[in-house]
Amino acid sequence: MAAHRIVNRIGTVVLAVLFFVPLLWAAITSITPSEEILTRVNPFAVVKLSFGNYVEAWKTIPFPIYYRNTIIIVGGILAAQLVTMTLAAYAFARLRFIGKSALFILFLVQIMIPPEILIFPNYTIMKELDLINTKLAIMIPYWATSFGIFLLRQMFKQIPYELDEASKVDGCRWWQTLWHVYLPSARPTYVAFALISISTHWSNFMWPLIVTDSVANRPLTVGIAIFAQSSETGAQWGPVTAATLLVILPLLAAFFFFQRQFVQSFMHAGIK
Amino acid sequence: MIRMRQLLRGYSWKENMLAYMLLLPSLVFLAAFTIYPIIKVVDWSFYESAMGIKHYVGIKLYERVLHDDVFLKVLRNNLLLAIVTVPVSVLLALYMAIWVNNKLRGTSLIRAAFFYPTLIPMIAIANIWLFIYTPDYGLLDKFLRLLGIDGPNWLGDPSWVLVSMMGMLIWKEAGYFMIFYLAGLQSLPKEVYEAAEIDGVKPLRKFASITFPLIMPTTLFVLVIATTNSFKLVDHIYIMTKGGPNNASNLLLFHIYETAFSFWDMGTASVLTVILLAILLVVSILYYGILDKRIHY
Repeated sequence: MAAHRIVNRIGTVVLAVLFFVPLLWAAITSITPSEEILTRVNPFAVVKLSFGNYVEAWKTIPFPIYYRNTIIIVGGILAAQLVTMTLAAYAFARLRFIGKSALFILFLVQIMIPPEILIFPNYTIMKELDLINTKLAIMIPYWATSFGIFLLRQMFKQIPYELDEASKVDGCRWWQTLWHVYLPSARPTYVAFALISISTHWSNFMWPLIVTDSVANRPLTVGIAIFAQSSETGAQWGPVTAATLLVILPLLAAFFFFQRQFVQSFMHAGIK
Repeated sequence: MIRMRQLLRGYSWKENMLAYMLLLPSLVFLAAFTIYPIIKVVDWSFYESAMGIKHYVGIKLYERVLHDDVFLKVLRNNLLLAIVTVPVSVLLALYMAIWVNNKLRGTSLIRAAFFYPTLIPMIAIANIWLFIYTPDYGLLDKFLRLLGIDGPNWLGDPSWVLVSMMGMLIWKEAGYFMIFYLAGLQSLPKEVYEAAEIDGVKPLRKFASITFPLIMPTTLFVLVIATTNSFKLVDHIYIMTKGGPNNASNLLLFHIYETAFSFWDMGTASVLTVILLAILLVVSILYYGILDKRIHY
């Protein structure tokens, strides 16, 4: 290896360790008994392994309800997105119609101005629709996804047109072609999109905070934020980090299992 | 007239129907929760509401906001944050992507370390980093004490709080942009690099005259996302500082949240939203207008 390669390899390893430190430290803090968290000399030493923080967090926060809410919200958003984006991407990739470029620009607006920016007007709209404090209110602003449409359109355009023609000759209707030709070819793109969508909406905070007002509808993020707010003293570090890890562990586990597929999906999707 | 007819002849009636039918579901939700609220909020920004009664006041609210010290401070914070975090995280992402774009042992672990912050909710990040930045007992101060440095009050000192937030945001964002660069690097033509190898081109030169220009389309895309995110990511403020001390860490979207849902000032919240929309539109137009022309696809 050339000298510059070795230097940069060392550079990236050091950087990676720095990047990893916050998670490692949070994990160690979460299994350290509360009374030792502030006093310990070495913040990375496991002095006395204890799961007391997790027990306390689980007892204080209604985790089962919050998990259920988050899963319903994330699943409800993804399911609707997959349908709407597939139909729209096919139209943009393969059909000729009047006003195509105008509509394309209209969809582009959502990339520049995501729903997060529009929390105030959208709150008012939800009030008019009488949807405040429902899971539906958290979900519907995301049911149209320009990002998904553009990602998938790019993929669909790479599918040879002849396949399309051939299936037409065989007497397939457009939805059969879509189902048998386009969907299987675009699988990696769907995987990449699904992972991005799930992690984005698992993380969403401000919008659910504004439109929900009860334990029955709150997602995990809002739940732990309220918990963290109610306990700001140093003695609470343990339960707060434990609760935080309980929220992020499913995401990290999913990433761990899908890492290769995820990174490759992205490359395959040819995002340029 | 003849041209028009030719133009229309290219379209089939059935294809048009099908296309609009397929686009309808997306269009309904796009119209209802992106286009309609944009139009609405522009409209509301010209009305002042008192006791539930709205009356038209023209641009009065805009004048008031533009002369408001808190708004100017928040705007300055947000622009400063974007100017620092966008280039730093994008360049860091490109550096990381170039050096993890190989199959060496341990590379996938390094890649995972760079990427995982992207997956963690801002709220969770705020919980963890609040403890990292805690004076004296926090991880950062404990580490600095080893070096004999007495750290400032990271989140309590108005001159440090924004810097602290920037560090955290770069850590959160760089890995996300790295993924886009990894995808971009994979699509670069291998022959150019082989030719450069044969000619004995120096590494830095190779980066400056091959990789960087060829990866420009990815950079443009990443810049748009990075800039949008620097106005979008505000959840951490709710946990860490609530915008303080004295608005030193407040950002536009969080200020909108405060104005709308803590002070219930609808007119001002509308004006602030319109200003944020205008900033994001100008940024996109600048990127696509100026950079796009200088990119060779």
